[in-house]
Amino acid sequence: MTEQLAARRDAAAPTPAAPDAAGGMVEEPGWTAAVRRNLARRMPLTELLPSTQPAYVGSWVYVFGVTTIAALVWTIASGTILAFMGSAWWHTSALGHFVNSVHFWGAQMFFLFMVLHLWGKFWMASWRDGRAATWAVGVVIFLASIVTAFTGYLIQENFDSQWIAVNAKDAINATGLGGFFNVLNFGQMYGIHVMLMPIVVTLLVVLHILQVRTRGVVRPIGDPYTPTPETGGDTPEGRLEA
Amino acid sequence: MRHHRQISKKEYYRGVQMLPYDLIKELAIATGVMLVVVLVLAAVLSSPDEPSVTVQSWAKAAPLDYVTTATAELAGTAESAAYGPPYDQHHQGDDVQAIGPFAPQIWFGVHVPINAATDYVLQPLSESSPGDPQLAAALTEYRSASHAQQQSWLTAYTAALGKATVSGDTVNVPQGHYGPLPTMMDAMLELGRSGAMDGLLLSGQHFYQTDYSLPLMFMASGGYLAGLAHQYKMEGNQWGMMNETGSYPGQAWLWLYTFWYQIPPFLTATNADLIVVIIMGVLSIVLMLLPLIPGLRDIPRWVPVHRLVWRNYYQEIARVAASRQGPAPSATSG
Repeated sequence: MTEQLAARRDAAAPTPAAPDAAGGMVEEPGWTAAVRRNLARRMPLTELLPSTQPAYVGSWVYVFGVTTIAALVWTIASGTILAFMGSAWWHTSALGHFVNSVHFWGAQMFFLFMVLHLWGKFWMASWRDGRAATWAVGVVIFLASIVTAFTGYLIQENFDSQWIAVNAKDAINATGLGGFFNVLNFGQMYGIHVMLMPIVVTLLVVLHILQVRTRGVVRPIGDPYTPTPETGGDTPEGRLEA
Repeated sequence: MRHHRQISKKEYYRGVQMLPYDLIKELAIATGVMLVVVLVLAAVLSSPDEPSVTVQSWAKAAPLDYVTTATAELAGTAESAAYGPPYDQHHQGDDVQAIGPFAPQIWFGVHVPINAATDYVLQPLSESSPGDPQLAAALTEYRSASHAQQQSWLTAYTAALGKATVSGDTVNVPQGHYGPLPTMMDAMLELGRSGAMDGLLLSGQHFYQTDYSLPLMFMASGGYLAGLAHQYKMEGNQWGMMNETGSYPGQAWLWLYTFWYQIPPFLTATNADLIVVIIMGVLSIVLMLLPLIPGLRDIPRWVPVHRLVWRNYYQEIARVAASRQGPAPSATSG
């Protein structure tokens, strides 16, 4: 029995690349192994969590990305408390109102630093040297965050919610989507804000961070030492192509 | 777009001095500082929470507006009665937004059906008429009258409401031929003031109810809610979408979207919403694809803000070049 278990374990264990008859290396077959190899090649931990950065990473502009994440952390944390306590709690409890205020200012800080981050990356043309997708995902995060904040305003259960819903319905109805994204339907907006959009924004932020860490920080515009197109980098003239 | 061969970061950073940088420590410090910032802001500035308007508070604060709106719902002239899709299919005139033949509002059809006369007046009155013979008789008289007769009463009563006075709990109109409408509208006002309408507009086939489409569209058809919004500077032509009650920043990130509504022709266009949504959709796509658009992607090179961001690096390059006493490498902004 023990031998059978050992044999089964050996069969299930991942086999490292082994030399074939010609002396070359044979990669382990299968989708799982292929994904693992791809991840190990594209995202080694030393690349994802480097302990050094280029000397040109020395401006406050580089801080806006991490402060955006920090604001997101507290927005989600305070939102989690609000979700657990129920939608009416913060209207009747001083503590609840304070938690709502943390959520409110967390969101405001999130947008403030996200916009600063976006403007900073624009003036640095950070999409250069193959980083166009990183920029595009960042813009999608911005747009998804607007939807998240908008649905948040709609579920406050106060006058702001009522009027913003009444005021906003016309634009959404004009697109024909008002029947599917009904801003007057509290339950629908609550589910989208509390469940769907936080997952979407968080996953997009994780993807964005992976993109940034995989490619590294873009070199300064016009950097005379930037690798040439032949080596995959920008031109010495600092052309801004993606 | 030039295709880039994937190169390692080591290769990409060739020639650049690498310095110790603790990303996790930076994140931890930023998270800690941000916690302090939001706690202080929350404690000092709090957050807005202006109480919601109910049908009851509306009927009590502005009974004439409430009755006028209820009458318009019955006549089919209120916003919610004449809106078109997604609320009703019968009105597809000026209220429906389109650009020529491009009319997605009509294409997608009705998904939140509202029958204004029935949902806002006849059904609530029917549900409250048992035990009130006078109201039951008025409802019977209204339902059995011809459409022309109903319209005659509604037209006369709507005109009379323009000269109505409010005394205590009642709305008084001049004498006229209004059929059963005064009785019906007195009952509507009573339903509103008692709070019964709030419940009647939410009650459906289900015990649980979270869809406020009916009461919000009812209130949107009146002038009371909009009047409050005007006081708070939240109407559409007051940068409404991005504002909120009190002195709070609101959804400042919607400034560009809201901007269009403040200028001609969007200020008065009947299809302004559709045009603005299309403009913002196009601009969003342009922003997303900006790295691929010649001209736009060159702006950062033409406007040398980056010289400030990387000023130390550029100075270091110039210093190294000078120390080698050779021609300085090009590090211009183009």
